[in-house]
Amino acid sequence: MMTLTLALRNLLGAGLRTWLNVIALSFSFVAIIFLQGFYNGLNDQVERATIDALYAGGQYWNKAYDPFDPLSLDDAHGVPAPELQTLINDHKATPILITRGTIYPQGRFRSILLKGIDPNQQIISIPSTLLRDTSLGIPALIGSRMARSINLKKGDVLTVQWRDAHGTFDARDVTIAEVFRTSVQDIDNDQVWIPLDRFRQLVRMDRQATLVVLGKGVTPAAHIADWNFRDLSFLLSDIHSLVRMKSIGASIMYGLLLFLAMLAIFDTQVLSIWRRRKEMGTLMALGMTRTKLVGLFTLEGALHSALAALVAALYGIPLLAVAANKGFSLPNASDSLGFAIGEKLFPVYSPFLVIGTTLLVCAVTMVVSFMPTRKIAHLKPTDALRGKMT
Amino acid sequence: MITTENLVKTYALGQTELKALDHINISVKRGEFVGLVGPSGSGKTTLLNIMGALDAPTRGTAEILGRKVESLSHAEAAALRNEHIGFIFQTFNLLPVYTVFENVEFPLLLQHVDAPRRKKLVEEALAWVGLADRANSRPSQLSGGQCQRVAIARAVVKKPEILLADEPTANLDAENSHHIMKTMARLNRELQTTFVFATHDEKVVGYLRRKVTLVDGKVAKDETARAHSGKRGKP
Repeated sequence: MMTLTLALRNLLGAGLRTWLNVIALSFSFVAIIFLQGFYNGLNDQVERATIDALYAGGQYWNKAYDPFDPLSLDDAHGVPAPELQTLINDHKATPILITRGTIYPQGRFRSILLKGIDPNQQIISIPSTLLRDTSLGIPALIGSRMARSINLKKGDVLTVQWRDAHGTFDARDVTIAEVFRTSVQDIDNDQVWIPLDRFRQLVRMDRQATLVVLGKGVTPAAHIADWNFRDLSFLLSDIHSLVRMKSIGASIMYGLLLFLAMLAIFDTQVLSIWRRRKEMGTLMALGMTRTKLVGLFTLEGALHSALAALVAALYGIPLLAVAANKGFSLPNASDSLGFAIGEKLFPVYSPFLVIGTTLLVCAVTMVVSFMPTRKIAHLKPTDALRGKMT
Repeated sequence: MITTENLVKTYALGQTELKALDHINISVKRGEFVGLVGPSGSGKTTLLNIMGALDAPTRGTAEILGRKVESLSHAEAAALRNEHIGFIFQTFNLLPVYTVFENVEFPLLLQHVDAPRRKKLVEEALAWVGLADRANSRPSQLSGGQCQRVAIARAVVKKPEILLADEPTANLDAENSHHIMKTMARLNRELQTTFVFATHDEKVVGYLRRKVTLVDGKVAKDETARAHSGKRGKP
């Protein structure tokens, strides 16, 4: 308690020098938390958007389906097993049929994926209800990225070619019922969505599906023959890897900011110990042990971070709260990140992040504060009184 | 109270050895008002430091209040200083970021004296040195004489048995020097505190009841003088 009282007196007594350090250190606190919150928000948003638009409660894949091998699509279809059909009938799951197709925008050949989806489904967030409009012939949905890349808009007619279940080429004109905006590229790029029943007729795959998306919260069956269940941890593993990779940048920034904070404290401590040699001698003459002196100077350094945490809380909490509520508008170029990011990114500041970062910075500054004070442990009182450093 | 026997203190000076104290034999009794006088480099401060357990002899013994300085650990020496010895320095050595009150309070904090008692003792000590009205000032707001009086208050607040003063008047003008010396003489009389000065200031010498003259690290003279009346030597 005595050491704390003295450390606080010394710290507050140092006036401007202390506050400059505290303010600089508080910037590190806020910047570290801000940056981590930004990446947490990114992670959170990517995951949430992908689940909403694509994975919901998990997917059953036809045993031949391999999303990384388009050729597998020729065989990756079948009639959903009775257990799955029951879930589909109960609107707890929705089937999706996928085949390879071709379009010819501006006379150029372009491979796409044709996807049949139930217009009445409410399992994933694709606006499939727009496919109910039969007045358009074969209505189709495309994403805004796809529309931009082939210069299509709502109402345009597009010729689509495919091979049916027997390998026969066929083609039809489809009408773009809507161009939807989505942050999830996996339902947008090179994909054309058409009504499932109509699509099944066209490709002669009656009642068949490539995959079945389970509703959120629906418990998957233990084992279904010819259909493999893929849970969210499996489906999101690529995204998690990608986010982890992107997070390396954040970690470097985190380390840099922490290093700057440490440097500020280390510098202050070294300067303080150098300037206050005579004071140390006086304290020893008055009966303070070296151990207490080391403790006093270490605590003084560490209190910088405690004060900085308080100052950071004063302006950081409102600042971060505004950032978390209002979000940050992202430029169009953010699509190139390969993430499902919306137009706005909302940082997420969890209590764990805030408290964890605060404790980490405090612990690190405590260690850094201690390092220069070890010199005091070898200090002779007589040398210190003369202003010498032994 | 303080005894030295064949006390030798040497310092390494490159390849050679500098003998700062050479077989010093001194005994200081309770309540004495003694000065170590001599020219610069005669070993006054070195001897004072050893008497204050700030330094240890190279050879021989130094016994303070029955404890041998050479065998004290750092913590034991610190405890001895904390409980029994007060220091007054030439440059006052006040803690600049503390107020006068906090400076004087400091030794009591080290002794874990409770807050109400600390306040009482500090106020008493400041009243003793005539600075009760400057308790909230910072050292930078005081004159040299006032700073030294704060240093005295800090040294006596814990009522030490021994008070060691290293050139306490060297940075003060004549009037302040006499004022300081009178204050210390009064403390010596009223509290029976043993005072040991290291000085070559003639104004201080006039107040001493015993004068130990050091030359080249040796005791050249050890003489008892008549106590200063407080009227003599005033400019």
